Amino acid sequence: MPDALPPTKTDTLLAIRDLQAWYGESHVLHGVSIDIRPGEVVTLLGRNGAGKTSTLRAIMGLTGRRTGSVMFEGRETIRMSPDAIGRAGIGYCPEERGIFASLNVTENLMLPPKVRDGGLDVPTIHQLFPNLKERANSPGTKLSGGEQQMLAIARILRTGAPLLLLDEPTEGLAPVIVQQIGAMIREIKQRGFTVLLVEQNFRFAQTVADRHYVMEHGRVVDAVANHEMASSLDRLHAYLGV
Amino acid sequence: MASATTAPLDALPPTAPRSGLFGFTRAQGIALVVMLAAIVVLPFFVYPQFLMKLLCFALFACAFNLLIGYVGLLSFGHAAYFGMGSYVSAYASQSWGLSPELCVLIGGAVGAGLGLVFGWIAIRRAGIYFAMITLALAQMVYFFCVQVPFTRGEDGIQGIPRHALLGMIDLGPDMRMYWFVAGVFLIGFLLIHRVIHSPFGQVLTAIRENEPRAVSLGYRVDDYKLLAFVLSAGLAGVAGGTKALTVHIATLIDVNWPMSGEVVLMTLLGGLGTLFGPVVGAGVVMAMETYLAPFGAWVTISQGIIFVACVLAFRAGIVGELAKWLRVKL
Repeated sequence: MPDALPPTKTDTLLAIRDLQAWYGESHVLHGVSIDIRPGEVVTLLGRNGAGKTSTLRAIMGLTGRRTGSVMFEGRETIRMSPDAIGRAGIGYCPEERGIFASLNVTENLMLPPKVRDGGLDVPTIHQLFPNLKERANSPGTKLSGGEQQMLAIARILRTGAPLLLLDEPTEGLAPVIVQQIGAMIREIKQRGFTVLLVEQNFRFAQTVADRHYVMEHGRVVDAVANHEMASSLDRLHAYLGV
Repeated sequence: MASATTAPLDALPPTAPRSGLFGFTRAQGIALVVMLAAIVVLPFFVYPQFLMKLLCFALFACAFNLLIGYVGLLSFGHAAYFGMGSYVSAYASQSWGLSPELCVLIGGAVGAGLGLVFGWIAIRRAGIYFAMITLALAQMVYFFCVQVPFTRGEDGIQGIPRHALLGMIDLGPDMRMYWFVAGVFLIGFLLIHRVIHSPFGQVLTAIRENEPRAVSLGYRVDDYKLLAFVLSAGLAGVAGGTKALTVHIATLIDVNWPMSGEVVLMTLLGGLGTLFGPVVGAGVVMAMETYLAPFGAWVTISQGIIFVACVLAFRAGIVGELAKWLRVKL
């Protein structure tokens, strides 16, 4: 399998080896291997159905059955329950965002348990996402798509989880909101968070990521460093069909 | 770093600020005042025995609503906790001569203990399977009650004395008993309100709305569901225990499955997931049973018609529809 990760002494934060996952009878991941170093932003690119979301769900233990190895900070998580994985320090923001409709913005923000020190405090979150401050008492249902996305990301930033899994945060959002989300991802990278981002839009991915993995049929088929993106465009076009 | 073994309560978020007094919205505050006024005034106009029974069933429905309205778990076996609470409280009063507050507490403890065991078995399943497991376990309790001597089989425990509250105030006269029952109901009602608006209650809401999300945020949802189940079963036991002392009798009716159905009906009719719905629902169902009693089988038929009308026309229940119409939370 190709691997763009240059040999390095830096510890990996997340090391996935031969991760296979099933939904019932259907085999959705056929041996995914990925390395993510602390402080990186890494994207998973690929067409619909390539297994990007399933990879994130399998990391969180939310698929039915999974085998292989998922080492987080040197600790094996493959046999841990999903809630234990969440508490170990992996924050997951699913595509559907999962804002709790009966709770207001503040309650949604305060709901996730703190998993360790180093999370952003509420004033910092309000500074990063001014909209959330304005709408602190609005119910979750009354938020726009962009605000929901910001809230979904903000509430896992508060928990102190050092690794964030973001599933298509820009999907269905207006270009100006997509830019805001991009700026926010660069900002949290600066603050030392590590991000694994699922994206369909590789032009957006290019503006935030250090490296990209390309997935097809439940496998990682290629890996491209961001600075090689321009020279690899033809290859990417072929994979992504864009 | 928080380890995976940390108890879930350790990691609860601090209480988020809520508008209104003690977590009640303005509309809820007004409804609470109306309810309190009704509790104080009604016994002078309506037969207290009827009101006491009503309050017991209202508490039972509120306890049931905590589970279905706020956690989304449909238990179809709540008669087990209500009925066992009723039997044990009756037995404690008659055979041990304990004072009423102790009898009611013992009833609650038995309900909670039973809830802990049954809940532990049932919460691993969801939806219809959860309902069927709770029903099956409850029917086991029913057959247990048919067999063991202390329940006196078909006769039930009759002539239960009330004794004196705290050994001082004799609850024999119905009006004194009424204030005791009203007190038990209000304590249970406010406890449920407090639980729902605590951080624990917010996690329950999160579980009801999106369980996988609550899991991946790091909550062990089974622990939360079980705790809610135990609380609900315990309060159902308190309601059953109070009811036994009120009507001086504990029978198999309290523990059989139609009782589980009745509490579902009360809660649905009043409004699932509303604070006051179960109280109103219990009132309507009890009123029908009492005032339509001379018509015999018509009670069941009219209950059936109302149930169908409720499901077809106003799904949110009486209080739910009212709240929608007034655009407030009740």
